[in-house]
Amino acid sequence: MTTALLEGVTRDQVWPGAVIDCDVHANVPSLEALFPYMSKHWVAWCTERGWRGPVSGVNLAYPPGSDRSCRPQWRPADRPPASELGLLQQHVLDPWRVEKAILTCYYAVDSLRHPDWAAALARAVNDWLVAEWLDRDPRLAGTLVIPARDPASMIAEIERVGEHPGFVQVLLPVRHAALWGQRQFHPVFQAMAERGLVAGLHFGGVSTDAPSSTGYSSYYVEEYAAEWQAFTSQVTSLVSEGVFQACPRLRVSVLEGGFAWLPVWGWRMDKEWKGLRREVPWLDRRPMEIIREHLRFSVAPADLGTREQTAKVLEWFGSDDVLMFATDYPHGYDDDIVDLLAAAPPAMRQRIMADTARDWYRL
Amino acid sequence: MTGRYVVGRVADIPEGGRLLVEVGGREVGVFNIAGSFYGLINRCPHKGAQMCRGNVVAGLSSSGPGRFDYDESTALLMCPWHGWEFDIRTGRSYVDPRTRLRTYQVEVAGGDEVDGLPVAGRLPGPYVAETVEVGVEDDYVVVDLRRARKAAG
Repeated sequence: MTTALLEGVTRDQVWPGAVIDCDVHANVPSLEALFPYMSKHWVAWCTERGWRGPVSGVNLAYPPGSDRSCRPQWRPADRPPASELGLLQQHVLDPWRVEKAILTCYYAVDSLRHPDWAAALARAVNDWLVAEWLDRDPRLAGTLVIPARDPASMIAEIERVGEHPGFVQVLLPVRHAALWGQRQFHPVFQAMAERGLVAGLHFGGVSTDAPSSTGYSSYYVEEYAAEWQAFTSQVTSLVSEGVFQACPRLRVSVLEGGFAWLPVWGWRMDKEWKGLRREVPWLDRRPMEIIREHLRFSVAPADLGTREQTAKVLEWFGSDDVLMFATDYPHGYDDDIVDLLAAAPPAMRQRIMADTARDWYRL
Repeated sequence: MTGRYVVGRVADIPEGGRLLVEVGGREVGVFNIAGSFYGLINRCPHKGAQMCRGNVVAGLSSSGPGRFDYDESTALLMCPWHGWEFDIRTGRSYVDPRTRLRTYQVEVAGGDEVDGLPVAGRLPGPYVAETVEVGVEDDYVVVDLRRARKAAG
């Protein structure tokens, strides 16, 4: 969001009412920062090998020097971006006077194939998030990370920290070894639903396969701009596999995945469902109805056309209750929340800026 | 024009079989579902396909992923164009309840009751060849276009 900077414009000029930011990020500054939250065994496991952390996974999703990974104005000279609470407070929480912000940390825990190490790293990240972020600012609500390759370990971590009052969401990297709707993950979603945790389907992740269905792309721009394909694949999987019939209380947030693709996806899915219903008979209503009940979308990055075009897309949602404001701090985009609000009907604006997220996350 | 047409003998349409006939200028599919006869006009209300050529399948519903409730007491006609399911007994679409086929009264009349009724031209569907058997039966299947069969539900 360009307006995320609030340069040359005041917060009240952008939006005078309440603001909830559903997607701000914490970056682990270094592997050593997690050592206080690891057992000696796992610290030794890192130091004996000289392992520096899961850099390949993080760099795949967020090249460190890219303006997409951190807006230049938010890039500290001496520390990694978004690596401590003070930066987030200074850049977003204070100037935006946010009521609440949903904090997400992608540390590529899912890139580790070692099942025990991945679980240990997830525990360390979550305990670091609690101690250094959630417990230090009541405006924050957290997203816990899970060792995403092993359903049993995911459930164990959800059981371990999922009832901490600071956590409201579980991070699901959108690029994953398997489609999230598949049967093996249903108990994981059950564990989330039982605790009222939202499943946060988020940009990033380490897929076993190429990000596209036809091989590896050459450039980051391809990978970044095409990531919505992974989101649609995951949303299609969640719906088709009957996750929301298995877990009727489950809520899913699509974070950093765009949203303008949703109505077109819905047209196609609703049409296909009519003819292919017998294959997935648990789908007892149109896929778009399931989406309206069980999914919400962050607005950053925003797929904005002209005001008129964007207004049409918003109308196609068939609901005022789809979008949630996000700065996506510290990531940088050129789109502008003012443009989105101008295209949105008045009744939708307050829902976008705060109400939908407050209801969705039970804040 | 009486609106009642002899379309064939009972034995021409065994259980699970169908007959596509032209009666009074309309194409009608006659289905034998578990010994009872049902008629559907051969035009899908969705996009106009000759839907009576579609597959007849049992009901299938589910209470959750991986659970299949296969209901042989329900007979559904799947339109060959878009796969929409229509209950043959009621014409009701399973996908969109607002879309409903016109159904027609089909009755079985005794041999002595059909004298003088017009016999419809036949448009054999893909399964009719299998169902036509040589047999001697007294009863005939009669399509009645005067009364749309009252749909259930």
